[in-house]
Amino acid sequence: MDQQEINIKLSAADVLRQGAKAAWPIGLGYIPIGLALGVLAQQAGLPWWAVAMMSTMVFAGSAQFICVAMLAAGASIPAIILTTLVVNLRHTLMSSALAVYLAGVNRKFLALFSYGITDESFAVNMTRFKNGQWDRWQALVVNHSSNLVWVVATVTGSLVGQLVPQGAFGVDYALTGMFICLLVFQLNGRIYIITGLLAALISVGWYLLIPGDSYIVGASVCAATLGYLLKRRYRSSK
Amino acid sequence: MTFSDYIFLFGGMGLVTYLPRALPLLYLTHKQLPQWLIDWLSLIPVAILSALLAPSLFADAVDRSFSLGKPELIVAIPTLIFALKTRSLGGTVLVGMLLYWLAGLLLNT
Repeated sequence: MDQQEINIKLSAADVLRQGAKAAWPIGLGYIPIGLALGVLAQQAGLPWWAVAMMSTMVFAGSAQFICVAMLAAGASIPAIILTTLVVNLRHTLMSSALAVYLAGVNRKFLALFSYGITDESFAVNMTRFKNGQWDRWQALVVNHSSNLVWVVATVTGSLVGQLVPQGAFGVDYALTGMFICLLVFQLNGRIYIITGLLAALISVGWYLLIPGDSYIVGASVCAATLGYLLKRRYRSSK
Repeated sequence: MTFSDYIFLFGGMGLVTYLPRALPLLYLTHKQLPQWLIDWLSLIPVAILSALLAPSLFADAVDRSFSLGKPELIVAIPTLIFALKTRSLGGTVLVGMLLYWLAGLLLNT
């Protein structure tokens, strides 16, 4: 397999370094969000070790925020688990898209890799995979180094978070900035631009009309399908 | 909540987080994917990124109303231009943060 040949040429230290280099914008974005989550969790009565447990076992930022809010509101455990499932269904799409680049890889690796598939690691890894020059080990480093930063940031937030001033140095914008740039990287061709515009239009409309988080999956599936149909129609009319 | 409550809660949440991430990969990587699915999946990243971003730029999160003047959106325009010109991920993140910080200082005074 070519994947393995690449690995032999790259030392473990190279893989770690390149993975960490690709992951630093994610870490930068996770620090303020993780601190904020830790503070909220502490205010909701969760001890620091519960925050550590949650970030290690769940590793899903938005679901964790919702969990803390639901705990504070006195929701039941099954209700929180069900909500988590709904919020995280969008990752089935990301996992499917990654499968194109991880064809034939052994299941043990995939089981370890899947744990770290988040919106952020997905976006970074897909961009790199698409450009070539990226292999699964580097992608794994991106996933797990992001998780490490996340655990440390959330636990720190639950311990000392109130001491950090809100919105310092615009750090709240780190993930938005990262998504903007990764979106730019994806725009290589007219069909990608059209699909992106359709997704923006549909997601805003969906977000305004329908409560909850279904707008992410709903708009992505609709826009990708419309984009695909347009592409096919354009191709057959040529 | 007791320790076992937390184990049960986070264990359940962990499971429903992990399975949607793992099952498609475990299944699809060992199948020959049809070309139409590959074509469709290639449009998923741009669609997801756009769907994640657009509402945070064009809608107010508090009451879910349409909004065209959010600092997030105003800052996004120069950030987008910077990303298009330089194609630098780290640089774009830092420029976005700096502009957002400045926007916050200007709007709060």
